[in-house]
Parts: sequence; structure tokens; C-alpha cells
Amino acid sequence: MSKSSPATQDGYLRIEHVTKRFMGVTAVENANISIARGEFFSLLGPSGCGKTTLLRMIAGFEFPTEGAIYMDGQDMSAVPANKRPSNMVFQSYAIFPHLNVHDNIAYGLRRLRLSRREVNRRVEEALAMIHLPGLGKRRADQLSGGQRQRIALARALVNRPKVLLLDEPLGALDKKLRESMQLELRELQRSVGITFVFVTHDQEEALSMSDRIAVMFKGKVLQVASPRALYEAPNCREVADFIGSINFFEATVRGQEGGDVILEAAGLGTVRANLPAEHGFISPGARVIAAIRPEKILLLADGNGQPGQSAVGVIGAHAYLGDRDHLQVALSGRKEPVAVAAQQIERALTARFDSGQKVTLGWDKAAMLVLPG
Amino acid sequence: MMATPRRIQSPKTARPSIGLMIFAIAYLVFLYLPVLFLPVFSLNDSAFIKFPLEGFTTRWYDEALSDQNMIAALMNSLKVGAISAVSATFLGLLAAKAVTRYRMRGAGTAMGVIMLPLFIPEIVLGISMVLLFDAVDLPLSLVTVTIGHIMLTVPFAMAVLIARMDGFDKSLEEASLDLGESAWMTFWRVTFPLVLPGIVSSLLLTFIVSFDEFLIAFFLGGTDMTLPVYIWSQLRFPAKLPSVLAMGALILVASCVLVVLAEWLRRRGVSDEAKKGAIGI
Ligand SMILES: Nc1ncnc2c1ncn2[C@@H]1O[C@H](COP(=O)(O)OP(=O)(O)OP(=O)(O)O)[C@@H](O)[C@H]1O
Ligand SMILES: [Mg+2]
Repeated sequence: MSKSSPATQDGYLRIEHVTKRFMGVTAVENANISIARGEFFSLLGPSGCGKTTLLRMIAGFEFPTEGAIYMDGQDMSAVPANKRPSNMVFQSYAIFPHLNVHDNIAYGLRRLRLSRREVNRRVEEALAMIHLPGLGKRRADQLSGGQRQRIALARALVNRPKVLLLDEPLGALDKKLRESMQLELRELQRSVGITFVFVTHDQEEALSMSDRIAVMFKGKVLQVASPRALYEAPNCREVADFIGSINFFEATVRGQEGGDVILEAAGLGTVRANLPAEHGFISPGARVIAAIRPEKILLLADGNGQPGQSAVGVIGAHAYLGDRDHLQVALSGRKEPVAVAAQQIERALTARFDSGQKVTLGWDKAAMLVLPG
Repeated sequence: MMATPRRIQSPKTARPSIGLMIFAIAYLVFLYLPVLFLPVFSLNDSAFIKFPLEGFTTRWYDEALSDQNMIAALMNSLKVGAISAVSATFLGLLAAKAVTRYRMRGAGTAMGVIMLPLFIPEIVLGISMVLLFDAVDLPLSLVTVTIGHIMLTVPFAMAVLIARMDGFDKSLEEASLDLGESAWMTFWRVTFPLVLPGIVSSLLLTFIVSFDEFLIAFFLGGTDMTLPVYIWSQLRFPAKLPSVLAMGALILVASCVLVVLAEWLRRRGVSDEAKKGAIGI
């Protein structure tokens, strides 16, 4: 079920050992990413983790302190922004305020010395693509946020770049518009087949749109993987924590048995888990972290728990959320309660579980993740 | 009787006290009444500047405009003002671009040095420049006046242009580069149109500062006279006074028009979020 990330195909856009330091601040540290042609790739991470800095280095607005960036096999180190085969959609959209919509979109076409008719044709085509036909004469200050966003997109795509860079392009839109733009953007990317590098700090946005995601944290790229792999098989505590919600348990390795690893976890006792794909950190006595997502914990009838894959606790808070129930279950030997998300299927069961009642928790051993401590 | 709840007035709608009003009016009268004498007496049919007024005439204007020396001085002032304004605005634009767009070592110090003429008494500036030009054997003339005025007006130009450059999103210039334009074309297609209102208001402002300036023009002019220096030299001859007033009145009107124009242009071009900042001097 939890396979590691797919092979990094041809590496159309390669970021190799890239470090960027600003006067003492290390904004990006030894980033290594290889992005395939036509891929929808996201840079995801909390505020200040270096996403924009990395994107600006790809665009050519900043140059790496160390390392190099390759596009289509060509080293970009000495190539200025205006000579790169990439275009950018800025966070602020950067629509030229002194030009109308048509002139904004046609801005990058001047160098191509096309006939006026050809320019008009391409601009109209771009306006149709973003579903804003006939808007060419509109002044830049007469546009809504959503329209500005689309025009910034059209202005970049009309140049037919090899790589499109987008810095939180949906951040300024309201929730509803953002959700419809997510779908539209994904559709657009599929139809034009251009490589997208998309920056966001919204994990749901990244999961729903991307082919692959690089999770960044304090300047470091922690994991590069498909959305499914990031969620199902995070490689460290930070990634597991940033994507979705999860319960962590301090644990000590007892040993290995078959393909499994046996842990002693605070609050759970002896636990059996699958050996993680990269398991260099597992040796008897090593401190590790066991982790499990709330929806992977099942509520069992008393006595149904399997050894190594169950625990007994007492129900604390209980919240009804319509499609699911959230429970806080206290375990002995652990301060924090364990979060459990019970789906509708178990409703009949949860109805019987009120606060203060004893309950048995169970899980599949594949759901128990083992992360470096 | 019903108790009406007390209205809490916001500071903006609160009326100023009577005392404050009287003070404000007295202040304005004190400030502008002498200036009003200028047009009034320039139209008075008497060679003497005293009340009561004698009657309406335009002959002082005829006299002013037919005084060849006065016209020559006016032309000198216009020339010096125009060259100073263009040079100071050009230098100010380069400095503003450097300060707002590049991270440089010593930028703060450089700014301080450039802004310094605003804070040095003009008489000190004037004398030290006389010494300097003497040392390099440059004869005092309109050329030296112009050099002095450029030094004096660059800070004004910079203040206006930095405010303007800071007023728009830097990613606009990056977007232009990203769309394939060179740094030079980016300047022409994006930066220049956006700072244009600032450039115009800088030209007007620096022109007026140079046009009005007396001390440096007096020290550095040698035998060449700008209009303020000429007017000062004529004050010794009472008969010339009314025509000086007439010229003064003309300049007053022209200055007012220019200042209003400059401020109007500055506001018109500035986007809403940047409107709050004044010229910034
Ligand atoms: N020009 C700069 N000079 C100095 N430090 C910078 C510069 N640009 C970025 N930094 C620093 O580098 C770090 C990463 O910044 P960056 O803008 O890349 O983060 P981000 O992930 O895009 O954050 P956000 O989600 O808030 O946009 C921050 O600590 C920031 O202060
Ligand atoms: Mg950012």
C-alpha cells in the first residue's frame, strides 16, 4: 500500500545541492530535487521555510550561494531571469497598473516581433483559456482578485514557457474561489502539458493538486514524494506532523521479527510495526518515534485486541462532526490523550462509548509508522 | 425630562476651541498678509509703497517687462533653474533607484551625505563653494551657480523620487524581467511610466527651489545675476521698487501654479495605498 515515490524520470528541472544564504540567514540548505517534464510539482512548507527563495532561484531573481540549477540539461548559473525558459506567477500577481489587460498579456510577446494580428490572436486565445474572453480593453485597476490571478496566469502562459513557477497564486482568493481555481489550474496544467512548480503552505491544496510534493522545513527539503506516499509513509516527524494530523509515541526498539520491528512505546506497551523502507536508524535500543493517524485507529469490542496492535484506554472528550466522530482517549503511562477519528461505519459502536468509559483501540500493523527519534 | 446619552465625539469631528481658531487665523494672516501686499501695491498708481492706495494701474508691469536688465536676470534664472532641475532630477532618479532597488553596503551613509545640503546653512555652503571654485580656478558665473543649485536640489529630487519608487510593488520590475525584457527595456516599459508623475513633480519642485534661491546665486554668480540677486540689487533705488513688486507678483502667481501642479501630479499618479505619504521632506 505505502510505496515509496516513483522514480524521478528524466529530471527536466534539476536542483542540485542548492544552498542560499542571506547575510547569516540560511534560507535554503542543500536542496536536491529533480522534476520531470510535464509534472505538477509543489513546494510545501510552513511560513519562512524557504519556498519563495527556492522558486526565485529557479526564476533567476536570486542566485544560489552553492550548487546549481539545470533546466532541460542546461546549467542556469550564468543565465539571467530574462533569458530563462521559465515564467512566473507572482504572489501579488504583479499586473502592470499602467497597462490594460491586453497589453499586460502581450507584454512578453514584444520581443518576438509578431504581427499585430498574431499578437491579438494569441492574446484572445489566452483570454479564452482563462475564461475571460473580451476583457482585453479593461484597465488593470478595474479587475477583481480572481481576474487578476487569471490574467497573471495568461500573461505567463502566452509565452509558452517550459516551466511555470507559481508562488502561492491562490493565497489571496476566498475559500470558494480558491477551491474552484485549484481544479481549473490542475485541468489547465494537464491540457498545456507545461511543468508547474507550485508553492503553497496549504497541505490540502498541495495534496489535491500535485503529482509530487517537496516538503520543506527551516530551509531543508525533508521529503520528496507523491501525495499518497507523503501521507502514508512520511520519513520524519516534521513531515508526518505537517501533513494531516497524527499521534506520536516515544518508543525504543526491542528488535526485529520477520519483516517487522518490535517497539516498546510509552502508553502502548509492546508494539509491532512494519519495517520502514529506509531503516538505517533501527537497531536494538535505539530511540524512535511510533506514529499513527487518528483515522487508522479502530474502536474494538472488549477483548478483540491483538497483542502488539491494540491498547486499552479511557474515553475523554467526544466530538460529533457529522461524517465522523473525534475522540480523545487517555492511555496510562502517557500524558497526552490519543486522538481517534471514527468513521460513520463505526457509529453504532461509538454511540455506546461515552466519556469515562473503557475502550479497546486496535490498528493494522502497517498503519503504525516508525520514524527516526 | 429624559436624559440624553452623551455622544462621544471622535477626534476628527470634534470642533476646535475658539482660542485655537483665533490663533490659527492670526497665524495665517501674519504669514500671508505681507505676501498679499505684493500684488496690491504692484497695481497701485503711486511710486511710494504706502496707504492709502491711489488708484489702479498696470504701468509698473509695463516698466518691469521693458527693463532689459530685469529680463536678462529673469532669463538667467530660468536657464539656471531648468538645467538644475533636469540635472538634479536625473541624479535623483539614479540615486533613488540605487537606494530602493539594490542592497548595498554603505547605502545609509551615502544617503546621509547626499541629504546633507538640506541641513547645512546656505551661507556656509555658499562660502565653501566660493573657496572651492577659487581653488580650482573656475571663474564665478552662471555655471558655478548652476553647480551649486544642483547640489542644493538633488536632496529634494531624491526625496520625491524615493517616495515614488517605494510606492510601487517591486515585483512589477521582476515580472518584466521574467517576461523576457532586459533591465534597460524594463526601465522604459515599467519603471519610467510608473515614476513619471514623480519625475514631473521633482522637476517642478527643484526648479522652484533653484529659481527662488538667493544666497548661493549671490556668492557664486560673479557678475552674472539671477533674478533674486538683481531684485536685491535694485532695492537701493526707491523708484524701481514698484516694478520689482510687479515682477515679484508675476513670479508669485507662476510659483503658485507650479506648486499646485506638482502636488496634483504627485497625487494623481500615486496608488491608493501610497497616497498617505506626503512628499517626505
Ligand atoms: N532578500 C532577503 N534577505 C534576507 N533574508 C531573506 C531574504 N529573502 C528571504 N529571506 C529569509 O529567508 C527565509 C526564507 O524566506 P522565504 O521567503 O523563502 O520563505 P517562504 O517559505 O516563502 O515563506 P512564506 O510562506 O512566508 O512566503 C526567511 O527566514 C527570510 O527571512
Ligand atoms: Mg513565500
